[in-house]
Amino acid sequence: MTNHWIDIKNSDCILIMGSNAAENHPISFKWVTRAQENGATVIHVDPRFTRTSAKADMYAGIRSGADIAVLGGMIKYILEKDLIFKEYVVNYTNASFIVGDDYKFDDGVFAGYDPKTKSYDKSQWAFAMDADGNPQKDATLQDPKCVYQMLKKHYDRYNMDEVSSISGMGKADLVKLYETYAATGKSDKAGTIMYAMGWTQHTVGVQNIRSMAMIQLLLGNIGIAGGGVNALRGESNVQGSTDHCLLYHILPGYLKTPLASQPTLAAYDKKYTPVSNDPKSANWWSNYPKYSASLIKSMWMDEDPKTAYNYLPKLENHKAMDYSWLTLFDKMDDGQFKGFFAWGMNPACSGANANKNRRAMGKLDWLVNVNIFPNETASFWEGPDMDPSKIKTEVFFLPCAVSIEKEGSITNSGRWMQWRYKGPDAPNGLKPDGDLLYELMHEIQELYKKEGGAYPDPITKLSWDGIATNGVFDAHKTAKLINGFFTKDIEVKGKKFKKGDQVPSFAYLQADGSTCSGNWLYSNSYTAKGNMAARRSLAQTEEQANIGLFPNFSWCWPVNRRILYNRASVDLKGNPYNPKKAVIKWTGPKTKWQGDVPDGGWAPDARYAFIMRKHGFGQLYGPGRADGPLPEYYEPLECPVKSHPFSGTLHNPTALSYDNEEKAVCDPRYPLVGTTYRVTEHWQTGVMTRNQEWLTEMEPQVFVEMSPELAELRGINNGDKVTVDSLRGSIWAKAIITKRLKPFAIQGVTVHQIGLPWHFGWTWPKNGGDSANILTPSVGDPNTGIPETKAFMVNVRKA
Amino acid sequence: MSKTFFIDLTKCTACRGCQVACKQWKKLPAEKTENWGSHQNPKDLSGVTLKLVRFNEVEEDGKMQWLFFPEQCRHCIDPPCLDAMTVPGSIMHDQETGAVVYTDLTMKEKDKEAFRDSCPYDIPRINAETGAVVKCDMCIDRVKIGLLPACVKTCPTGAMNFGDRDDMLTLANERLVKAQKKFPNAELIDADDVRVVYLVQTDADSYYQFLSADASSIQKGPLSRKQFLAKLGSPIKRMSS
Repeated sequence: MTNHWIDIKNSDCILIMGSNAAENHPISFKWVTRAQENGATVIHVDPRFTRTSAKADMYAGIRSGADIAVLGGMIKYILEKDLIFKEYVVNYTNASFIVGDDYKFDDGVFAGYDPKTKSYDKSQWAFAMDADGNPQKDATLQDPKCVYQMLKKHYDRYNMDEVSSISGMGKADLVKLYETYAATGKSDKAGTIMYAMGWTQHTVGVQNIRSMAMIQLLLGNIGIAGGGVNALRGESNVQGSTDHCLLYHILPGYLKTPLASQPTLAAYDKKYTPVSNDPKSANWWSNYPKYSASLIKSMWMDEDPKTAYNYLPKLENHKAMDYSWLTLFDKMDDGQFKGFFAWGMNPACSGANANKNRRAMGKLDWLVNVNIFPNETASFWEGPDMDPSKIKTEVFFLPCAVSIEKEGSITNSGRWMQWRYKGPDAPNGLKPDGDLLYELMHEIQELYKKEGGAYPDPITKLSWDGIATNGVFDAHKTAKLINGFFTKDIEVKGKKFKKGDQVPSFAYLQADGSTCSGNWLYSNSYTAKGNMAARRSLAQTEEQANIGLFPNFSWCWPVNRRILYNRASVDLKGNPYNPKKAVIKWTGPKTKWQGDVPDGGWAPDARYAFIMRKHGFGQLYGPGRADGPLPEYYEPLECPVKSHPFSGTLHNPTALSYDNEEKAVCDPRYPLVGTTYRVTEHWQTGVMTRNQEWLTEMEPQVFVEMSPELAELRGINNGDKVTVDSLRGSIWAKAIITKRLKPFAIQGVTVHQIGLPWHFGWTWPKNGGDSANILTPSVGDPNTGIPETKAFMVNVRKA
Repeated sequence: MSKTFFIDLTKCTACRGCQVACKQWKKLPAEKTENWGSHQNPKDLSGVTLKLVRFNEVEEDGKMQWLFFPEQCRHCIDPPCLDAMTVPGSIMHDQETGAVVYTDLTMKEKDKEAFRDSCPYDIPRINAETGAVVKCDMCIDRVKIGLLPACVKTCPTGAMNFGDRDDMLTLANERLVKAQKKFPNAELIDADDVRVVYLVQTDADSYYQFLSADASSIQKGPLSRKQFLAKLGSPIKRMSS
């Protein structure tokens, strides 16, 4: 989230799209309800009428996967009717930037596409630069090559008729949606978006969100109270795990994983440290070398970061196609892995194309599953269609402590790092994950010390006791290391620090190894003042109380800033655009800013508002993504149409997919659009909740929701056991026949949509059913590799 | 000061936190259920399910309403079930809170179905294992020590409220005025007669036939005892509709 949960109450219009917040984030509705009480309009756009729709002021149906058509149509609507927040757009976004001559867009494909590698040469999307090396601009927004005019041209194709015919949303609903949301383009109005996996799990997942971020920029909704782009994270600590690098392409704090082509720390830093020649651009990432050196130092305390850089594993590239989750299992299925740790996860149910994953695990030598309950991954070898006598994989199951049985922090969707005390002891001496990881690596270190190896230094020299005290994992010591400390006596910014002193914030980190920090974004979380995440004070100023800011409760990255990009909430003089809901306010050179922690303490207009961007502006045109600088409509890789109205390019040409796996496109065997989702009563693959009888009592079995029209076509009665088939496999489910699902009219043809939850698995409860991911395809977004489990093709028949 | 629940159904998201919290606090076992083509589960109240969120879909003029009704004993001001009691002490009507509490002495009642028959809201059930007649007891053990009932405590949206009766009725009337702006047919159900006051956004029967005690409009023939009581118990409803 750019904002945070409480802040939702400040909104005038809440668009919930790609999310079923009432069911999957029940507490969020505390704040949604509060906003409604204050007069906000809540709009829900979804393939199904859900418990969220039931509370919304407006519901509009959409065929799964057609979001960019609807959002592109909204961009066109906003631009055509000139509903943008012009001052904001000119001052804070790159609308005025001139795009270079190499940029082209032709029939759904951007300049620089290489069909062989299914990727783009992004250099062709660059801005035209002036003599100083800064982007050329036209503040009048009239230059035909400026971003604003490019947007107009690009989205001109997204007219109401075409959007309606491909998305299935009626024109009246489209107009109402556009009109209502675009009304937040006024300086005193705030619109927000709540989205989740309904937007991310597509082959255009990143561009779905880019589309909305652009709308928010056009309407001046970023940086303000009740605005922002708000991802509702699925796990209580999934934000924390992302910040601390659970993914292949990033290190902690969103530093890049080094590539083999970057042989030295200097080469690595040079590649990822952006340079701006504009003195008004804060270009915060120019500090990159300080963060990378401090991270390396935190891992190899006795080494110079330049030397220890060599210890970091290197990738060949950052392509999702080569390294992300789906490919990991593709390679495993191809016999390229010997061993696999499935730690706190259940890929036999959670991963797209679950049968493939289960088959792949049978090709391992060993599998370690760390979990709180037995599950379908640990037991994959005795699952459906498995012959244990033919599976060589040796499986180890390590039970571990549950979250409440250990101390540590979680970081919620609103970026709040919240310290949690230990509750009861884990039963039977079970250990927390931290202890298991510590002991495992300690053992590996001992083995390497004793036996040597091809390249033992990265392991033997690792400062592993940085996270442990007397050989036991220490959550506080780890949190202090993540914050960072000085590794020698030093003076920074006129202040003297001793070796071992905690770093006050990332502004004090150094590039020479004199500081360490396990994650620069978390620098300031555990300082000389103590554990900031453990704070529980509700103290606040009047201004903070006015918008529900609690700066003394827990701690928020970065540097306790609760609303990101908040310099865009004020005009160039520092006056709030909406004084009634001011986030920050400039009060003069002595007293400076009041309210939230500003996005940099400089005086108003001393720096551009978007300090994390190289040039300092919010990116309407974003030349950094794998699939294009502007979101473009493509069908899901499995879809019910042969063509769409916006170009002759049916699918995202850069999508992650495996050519040897068939896809159902307009396939008469699989005529129904399928989607997967969650219910309030279950959690992820259900490992925790399927073992909780009060929850399985409420949602005991996998179900498939369908319209009465489809049920009649298939001769299915409510409550019948039915079979759902896709190219990957089949599962049974109980039919819920409901008017909450409607057939869509897509290009004049009736298209039916069904949906089912993915929380179930064959082990428990008996007769609960199996994972809906048996149906979902191994295709994904080119930027992140996230699988397209929200739109795929299926059939339904009586069991 | 006597107590009252105010349950604002316009704010209920059917998260069913209340349904689980009730079982958790009372240590009630789960029932063996199957999906029967609805999210509502268990299907009905029972000897081990004292609070149940009912789901109902209503579509009028192409506008879908999905109505959620967290059902429980209404703790009537003048409980008709007292008339069903033959074993002294099987029902306690707590004077301080107004809670209507069934005790283990209900096991000794000869006609246990009489409790359910007497109820204008069709609430009491028999626990098959103990033979006791059971229903919500307002979490009287919690309330007596100043805690909220478990279901209220867990509600995320402010749909479930609990407190002194005057405060709750004031809140109910405030919410009603607001709700009527969006839902012209919104009303409070049987507010003068019960300690569990529901605010509905549309007619009560669309949620569930026993949400309101007034069953006269949906049944023909001579008045049953239930209907008679129901008729006595709904002046507010008639005034506001």
